[in-house]
Amino acid sequence: MSGEAFCTFRSRAVLLLRDDVDTDQIIPARFLTTTERTGLGRYAFADWRLDAAGAPRVDFPLNAPDAVGARVLVAGRNFGCGSSREHAPWALIDWGFRAIIAESFGDIFRNNAHKNGLLTIAVDSDAHARLVGAVTSQPDTEVTVDLVERSLQVANASPEQFEIDRFVRHCLTVGIDELDYLLAAEREITSWERGAPEFTATFDEASSGSWRGGGVRRSRRYRP
Amino acid sequence: MSGTLFDRIWNSHVVRAEGDAPAVLGVDLHLVHEVTSPQAFTELRSRGLRVRRPDRTIATMDHATPTMRAADGGLPVAADAAAQTATLEENCLEFAVPLYALGHERQGIVHVIGPELGLTQPGMTIVCGDSHTSTHGAFGALAFGIGTSEVAHVLATQCLLQRRARTMEVRVDGTLGAGVTAKDVALAIIAKVGVGGGAGHVIEYTGAVIRALPMEGRMTVCNMSIEAGARAGMIAPDDTTISWLAGRPFSPSGAAWDAAVGRWRAFRRDDDERFDRTVSLDMSGVAPMITWGTNPGMSIPIDGTLPVPNGGPDAAGINRALSYMNFEPGSRLLGHRVDVVFIGSCTNSRISDLRDAAAIFRGRTVAPNVRVLVVPGSQSVKREAEREGLAEVFRAAGAEWRESGCSMCIAMNADRAGPGEYVVSTSNRNFEGRQGKGARTLLASPVTAAACAVRGEIADPRSLA
Repeated sequence: MSGEAFCTFRSRAVLLLRDDVDTDQIIPARFLTTTERTGLGRYAFADWRLDAAGAPRVDFPLNAPDAVGARVLVAGRNFGCGSSREHAPWALIDWGFRAIIAESFGDIFRNNAHKNGLLTIAVDSDAHARLVGAVTSQPDTEVTVDLVERSLQVANASPEQFEIDRFVRHCLTVGIDELDYLLAAEREITSWERGAPEFTATFDEASSGSWRGGGVRRSRRYRP
Repeated sequence: MSGTLFDRIWNSHVVRAEGDAPAVLGVDLHLVHEVTSPQAFTELRSRGLRVRRPDRTIATMDHATPTMRAADGGLPVAADAAAQTATLEENCLEFAVPLYALGHERQGIVHVIGPELGLTQPGMTIVCGDSHTSTHGAFGALAFGIGTSEVAHVLATQCLLQRRARTMEVRVDGTLGAGVTAKDVALAIIAKVGVGGGAGHVIEYTGAVIRALPMEGRMTVCNMSIEAGARAGMIAPDDTTISWLAGRPFSPSGAAWDAAVGRWRAFRRDDDERFDRTVSLDMSGVAPMITWGTNPGMSIPIDGTLPVPNGGPDAAGINRALSYMNFEPGSRLLGHRVDVVFIGSCTNSRISDLRDAAAIFRGRTVAPNVRVLVVPGSQSVKREAEREGLAEVFRAAGAEWRESGCSMCIAMNADRAGPGEYVVSTSNRNFEGRQGKGARTLLASPVTAAACAVRGEIADPRSLA
């Protein structure tokens, strides 16, 4: 992840009021041929956002005038279901989003989002309805997200608390890198490796020459 | 050991217990492919890290690879996929990770080759940068998909940060009727649980129907756990599991086999299991299933009628899906036009799937309005299908017989359906555009897909028995 600390910000919100938005919609698979994690914002919601000729569809929420510069996306239930592609949060972040608010999320998407500094906020249906009502009646309504206080404030209404995993909050607000955290567990990892029978005595090494060899076969031709 | 199968595997893989921070969970097997790994290797390189356990890591190429040979017998990698296949080769060489590259006799879909090589074994933790990693749970392993950041974590430390999941028992009782397969069981489960209903849970499948399924069918059921939103799906190992594993290339042998079997048998279901949630369904009398909408939970019995939105909370989603599919509410699918049939994917590309489909194609021909792709899950499956004469059955019927890979399940290579085309597919996702921009997918079993191919329309496989 970036390591950039995430505390509080204020922004307009875009409403994408659909349930079960899958990661194939967030970024279609044909754009996954990259070996980079940057520059994917132009593919975000490509097949919903753009028509066959590549022009913006006027009825898609991300193309509305008030959506320009909005850093919060509001969706329905089960946002980010489907594939494990981390390209989904990469695309949303590159588009400009910093937080997604929904009634629930796909597990892998949510995990991937937090590893890249994209906050996901799950709200109950009442809070969701209030947020949607406010933004619908006044599209330039601003939302304030405060991760330290775990609060969400819609315009000038009183802030509402949201639940977020303690570790995720800590990592995002302090800018902790999860890989560094894991690397620091080296002694415990080594100890576990030594003590886990399942880990050490499973594969038949006698019959696994190509496994142990570690070599890469470069053959591109099928043998007859 | 006590608790559910999940509890037992979890407990034996906790490297550091969960507290304010998630648990550090040890990983036994890490499967790697070309699409979700390049950025992870880049991360290792930029930090000067090595792959901690190359002996527990194995790579293949499947997602974006071609399934058609060129005239010279080679496999033409499309320009946009070539960077990833070349990058994977370079990464595997640099980090000493074994790779079954395109052209290798063991190449195939990552979730097909793991089990067939005997790499997937009971009691293991298995991860891969692919959500259908849940497939391996059929062997009584805890197997789940991870993102690319986590791929880097596992490469570097052979561990993951994980919160303990809740457990859900999905109990499938009854008996399967004629023409009803594991795929229909999977679709019936997803319809019952819902596409988000399994979120936060690991599913354990139990019941008479599951016990009676062969390993390939169990893999099909576990494969689609993610389509119910679950982190993973698993089935306790039994004699079916153990006899399937015997003699595989990476299965233990001799005394090590006996010891392994002893460990695996200890995973038998126990009396002190407590699931956080149980869902039950009875498959007796259930017809072959087919999806009509844009997520895998939108399915009906093949002889049923499409839903009529009644203003309930799901009405908007149903309307949207019907509109995308261009279906009339309340109408029947039987007899509807079909343009493409795809038999393949990590859900249904194993030898038994191909045998099922071939039984329908044998002595029949593909309808002239339909294009059929049969894509074996691995080179091993391909060789076996050719040895058994199945490939010849497919070709004689007018289907295209291809090289192994993910193919039209994810449509990252040249195997795509066109806008508006109806595809009856044995894959796992019917999301909008999944099989090509604007393409319309109907998920079904290999027998149903084959029946649709020869009839040239949505057809009930029981009518061709």
